[in-house]
Amino acid sequence: MHELLRYPFDGAEILRRRRRIRRELREDGCVRTPRRIAILGGSTTHDLKEILELFLLDEGIDPEFYESDFGAWWEDAVFGAALEEFCPELAVIHTGVRNISAYPAPAADATEAEAVISAEFARFTAAWEALARRFDCPIVQNNFEKPPLRIYGNRDAWDLHGRTYMTAELNRRMGEYARAHRGFYINDIDTLSADIGLGRWHDGKAWHLYKYSPAPEAVPELAYNLSRIILSVWGKAKKALALDLDNTLWGGVVGDDGVEGIEIGHETPGGQVYSEFQAWLSEMRSRGVLLSVISKNDEENALAGLNHPEGTLRPVDFAAVFANWAPKDRNFAALAKELNILPESIVFCDDNPAERKIVSDSFPEAAVPPFDAPEKYARILDRGGYFEPATLSADDLARADMYRQNAERAKLETSFADYREYLKSLRMHAEIKGFSPLYIARIAQLTNKSNQFNLTTLRCAETDIARMAESGDFITLYGKLSDRFGDNGVVAVTAAEREGSTFHIRLWLMSCRVLKRDMEYAMLDALAAKAAAAGAETLRGYYLPTAKNGMVRDLYEKFGFSLREETEAGTVWELSLSDYVPKCDIIEVERD
Amino acid sequence: MDRNEVYERLNAVFREVFDDENLTVQDATTAADVEDWDSLSHITLIAAVEDEFDISFDMKTVVGLKCVGDMVDAILREL
Repeated sequence: MHELLRYPFDGAEILRRRRRIRRELREDGCVRTPRRIAILGGSTTHDLKEILELFLLDEGIDPEFYESDFGAWWEDAVFGAALEEFCPELAVIHTGVRNISAYPAPAADATEAEAVISAEFARFTAAWEALARRFDCPIVQNNFEKPPLRIYGNRDAWDLHGRTYMTAELNRRMGEYARAHRGFYINDIDTLSADIGLGRWHDGKAWHLYKYSPAPEAVPELAYNLSRIILSVWGKAKKALALDLDNTLWGGVVGDDGVEGIEIGHETPGGQVYSEFQAWLSEMRSRGVLLSVISKNDEENALAGLNHPEGTLRPVDFAAVFANWAPKDRNFAALAKELNILPESIVFCDDNPAERKIVSDSFPEAAVPPFDAPEKYARILDRGGYFEPATLSADDLARADMYRQNAERAKLETSFADYREYLKSLRMHAEIKGFSPLYIARIAQLTNKSNQFNLTTLRCAETDIARMAESGDFITLYGKLSDRFGDNGVVAVTAAEREGSTFHIRLWLMSCRVLKRDMEYAMLDALAAKAAAAGAETLRGYYLPTAKNGMVRDLYEKFGFSLREETEAGTVWELSLSDYVPKCDIIEVERD
Repeated sequence: MDRNEVYERLNAVFREVFDDENLTVQDATTAADVEDWDSLSHITLIAAVEDEFDISFDMKTVVGLKCVGDMVDAILREL
């Protein structure tokens, strides 16, 4: 990550050094995913585009932008031909209170006022619906910040003629729309502008001179906030927190001060701060953020601290606990391995700057925010936007439990001498069926998050997944796996496209959560059966190597496919369906 | 701060904003003399100058800037 772009950043510094930062990112040799992003603005979006580019480049996305002509957001969304040609993979609508076209007249009665608000909202929905119809791509729309002036004074907040009231009402309706429409995301500039300060956000000079809204000084925060949504839509949100214990989850050093000596609980201001932080972490955990510990402590002391009666968190709330005296970068690597996630998906939290430096030196891709004052811990993590949940699947909510079940499985595994016997003892049950609406969010999420067990690394938005599900040319399969310890949710995704008598496997991936459980064989059996039933003769598989998917280089060979082609782009494999013998007999499978 | 000191810091700002280590500006320099100095980068430049000298030009001043010399005059007035 670029030093100047790490949160919390100096916005003015980014604004003035943007060219140099851009050049340095462009020259750093990293491989990035190209993406087409349309920015449809109701005000000048030049700075927003330039700074957004930096934050996306920094996270592995190489954006190509379309910028609408000044103020032409609506026209572009509804019928812009140039936008048609650009064909965005994601559209950002940058509008705000300056773009509200009409307010209720002072003499308007309740019915008339309501009609004005509805007409304004309809203008926005028309743009969203046109974009969805024309491009079927994710849309990120700003909500409305509070107006700069209050015609009706404090009354403006609730009077039907008030502009403040109107923005709140439009925001409420926009929220309703977001809840009802897949692929529609709100960039909450109402909160952001309040955070920055409305006085700084609404800068008359910037608006009248350059038609900038917000003022340029607010643009880095705005671009950062927007980039977190975009990264999350494309599966690049962080997954886990690696937390230190002493002076991070409680005050004091448990090894020296003893459990009764550490500071946590409601007796002292210091203790309250740590209690509140633990409670916040617990909430984050219940919405899908994995918690783990990396602490220089004897394990016994660490666990005793985590069992402090005044603490909210308990040892069982952590997906992994590394309490030992090894260097933290080594524990960090071990943690990533144990959770089967990449270092770039982990946020490392430690009050000790030396430990933070060790980890960020070894893993520059990891997020390592400053953790200097306990009263600021939660806010830094919150505003850092690391865990932005653009989509939130049922799977996210159950994640913490799944990781705990994995620990129990690992314990059981050690009690078996024979691995097959262990697998049998799990009493696995899989549901392998065609993509269905219920799972589209999760399937899209997996295509974006899975890096290792992923043959083609084809990243898909929810709309892409829905398209495959509805196409007559695709066989689509999701696999859910459960066993005696619990349900892993949707963990495998396959999609194959028909051309003549061959099905081309465009998408084949699996969550590393279920490695070595024979789930990939169950998926292949299901695919082969469906392809044969459709009258096809051949399956063709593609392996496209990336820096991260070496573990599946030989997967098709293991499956019994023959190598057909080998190029720099990857390998192509074929399997004849005529003499296919099912390969998985250890999982009980339910198909459609 | 005298005019020379202002120029020293101002040149550093120009070099940063236009990412050009060899750029040097003087009183008569205008946007036409600097590659990439267009209306959009002008906004960045003004913000960076304000930031560097911890000042804020009012709107009338910004509109009146015709060359770098005007900018230096404005900076010296604000300091």
